[in-house]
Amino acid sequence: MSAPQIVRVDDLSKHFSLRKQKSLKEAALAAVRRGTAPDEFWALKDVSFAIDAGSTVGLVGHNGSGKSTLLKLIGGILEPTSGVVERRGRLAALLELGAGFHPDLTGRENIYLNAAILGLSRRETDQHMDEIVDFSGIEKFIDTQVKFYSSGMYVRLGFSVAVHVDPDLLLVDEVLAVGDEPFQRKCMNRITEFQREGRTIIVVSHSSGIVRQLCDRVLVLDGGSLVHDGDAQEGVDLLKALYRDQAALDLPTEERHTHAEATCRIDLVDATVTRHVGSTSLDVVVAVKVDHPMQAWGVKIALLTVDGVRLFDIDTFRLEQTLPDTAGVHQVRFRFDGIALGPGNYVVNAAVGPENAAAYDAIAAAASFEMPRMGQGNGLLHLEPQLDVSDSF
Amino acid sequence: MSSNTPTEQRWARVAAEPFETTGPAGSFWRGTWGSVKAVWQRRELVWLLSRREVRARYKDSSLGMVWSLARPLAQLVVYYFAIGKVLGVSRAIPSFAIFVFIGLMGWTLLTEVVQKGTSSILSNAGLVKKVRLPREVFPLSAGGSAMFMFLVQCVILVVAVIVFDEIPAWTGLGYAVVGIAVLMILSYALALLLAGLNVYFRDIEHLVEVVFVVLFWASPIVYSFRFVHEFVGGTWIEQAYLANPVTAAIMGMQRGLWAPGGTESDLVVWPDDLALRLGIALAGALALLWFAQRVFARLQANFAQEI
Repeated sequence: MSAPQIVRVDDLSKHFSLRKQKSLKEAALAAVRRGTAPDEFWALKDVSFAIDAGSTVGLVGHNGSGKSTLLKLIGGILEPTSGVVERRGRLAALLELGAGFHPDLTGRENIYLNAAILGLSRRETDQHMDEIVDFSGIEKFIDTQVKFYSSGMYVRLGFSVAVHVDPDLLLVDEVLAVGDEPFQRKCMNRITEFQREGRTIIVVSHSSGIVRQLCDRVLVLDGGSLVHDGDAQEGVDLLKALYRDQAALDLPTEERHTHAEATCRIDLVDATVTRHVGSTSLDVVVAVKVDHPMQAWGVKIALLTVDGVRLFDIDTFRLEQTLPDTAGVHQVRFRFDGIALGPGNYVVNAAVGPENAAAYDAIAAAASFEMPRMGQGNGLLHLEPQLDVSDSF
Repeated sequence: MSSNTPTEQRWARVAAEPFETTGPAGSFWRGTWGSVKAVWQRRELVWLLSRREVRARYKDSSLGMVWSLARPLAQLVVYYFAIGKVLGVSRAIPSFAIFVFIGLMGWTLLTEVVQKGTSSILSNAGLVKKVRLPREVFPLSAGGSAMFMFLVQCVILVVAVIVFDEIPAWTGLGYAVVGIAVLMILSYALALLLAGLNVYFRDIEHLVEVVFVVLFWASPIVYSFRFVHEFVGGTWIEQAYLANPVTAAIMGMQRGLWAPGGTESDLVVWPDDLALRLGIALAGALALLWFAQRVFARLQANFAQEI
């Protein structure tokens, strides 16, 4: 049979107003002072999609994109401002592991409580009790109060209860990475098993690895709008591009140190990426304004990632290039042909000064450039591997 | 259609189910029945959460549940000897210890349920924000330990009534049943209403405490209605005093459970038509419960983002 729809979201919007007053006094004051409007924003705007049973859908986007809000709306924890969410089948929302655990109760008592919260009846819990305890791997401590548990034991028990609730629709929010490595593997196996059984999973995750590995469909949210709905790899790439835009805004700010008695200064630093067929080149131009003629000076540049990892530095001394000893504006151009950096933003530091002493003028993050995606693969380097598959004997 | 594989069975079941819709809140007046059904479906959870409150309370003490008997017993002894005998109040109110015990029992039920209920949404913030549940579950189960205490006190009362040979007449028990019903309904109505409001105005928790201190003296708990009647009998003040549903409920309990309450005596005075007043109080409490649930349903839509 073909898969029935299990979730339908139609024209969904959610409006938040950040009211800050939480007391009667403040509310009264606010009513009197009416002038200042509270901070308001749309966490979600006109989102529509439908999900078929049996699919695994990733919800991605950066912080504040509305993905957790969407998950909570689907789960019925929040109510929409406009639009509707329709869902059917048994729902389990794993937004927090061990929800409702009480520290003074034993592990076993908490299993009953947590299972009831997730919608299991006492009889069903009794049926699954042995499996739950077994899966958690903490049989020895199951009759100990959970306040004596380590945080690892706590989430193991929580996860164990959660995966034994027999859901048709499972909502997961960043909780897949719990416990040690063997336990994580166990969890992932369980999720794969869920997929085989035709359950529907909606997962919010920051990890593109998990999304690529699990999901057959990805929804990308940006600023409350749905910007991609479909193929997982494309979605992850788009998300990376959005992260890059974000990173462009987060570039390190320019920082300048000028020697007090310097008679020269950096006028301009510019970095340009040019794409040619088969290769990409980077041009870094440093313009230096020299007031009084001077000798033995040089220009130094460094290429860094946005988080400050130094990729490369070079100066005119090491390149054995003597710069003119006249006054005026001199332009020094560094050309990097066939630069093989991975996609993303990079910054350039530039300095002018003598060979082995403090610089006359130095600017950190003087310019930035963006490398485009040139092929497959991720990372700081762009490599083009040759693939060779053979049978080994 | 073959439905052999678990996947196909699951899908067939899902396909047969109707869609459940969440959208912006509908009419204020409708939806009570849906909420009642939703809470009823989670009754096991209400029970477990109530039990969590009670068990967690006495978890680490070696005497455990025995402590829940200690306070009401101590109260009974204090009222019987210290206030009843030593201060001589029992000359004005016969069987004073039992009289006070009944009043306090009712009053404690009301205040505990309302106070615990008011803070219940905030104290369960983790669940409210992360799990989809009918939120009425929290005020309901917060009152669980108060209900448990009430039951314990009922047992003590029965034992005390037998030991002191103060067995009330069977004929008055109806008053007590209605009185207790009014108190329970009223306290849950207030708990729901205030629990919802407390999320938006955190002061309510503290306001409730103060209001209860004052209201304690507005019902005949440690004095009898006879004093009020002798003092302001026949005036509008008496009528205002009697309009308080808590007063009616507590007098109903006293009329039914306190042995002298059913007897003819100069020392025992009840208002005219106490039964009618109890009936009106019951109807009013039910109406308030319905209204509180509607307000709660409205307010709960934004709980997850307001906490």
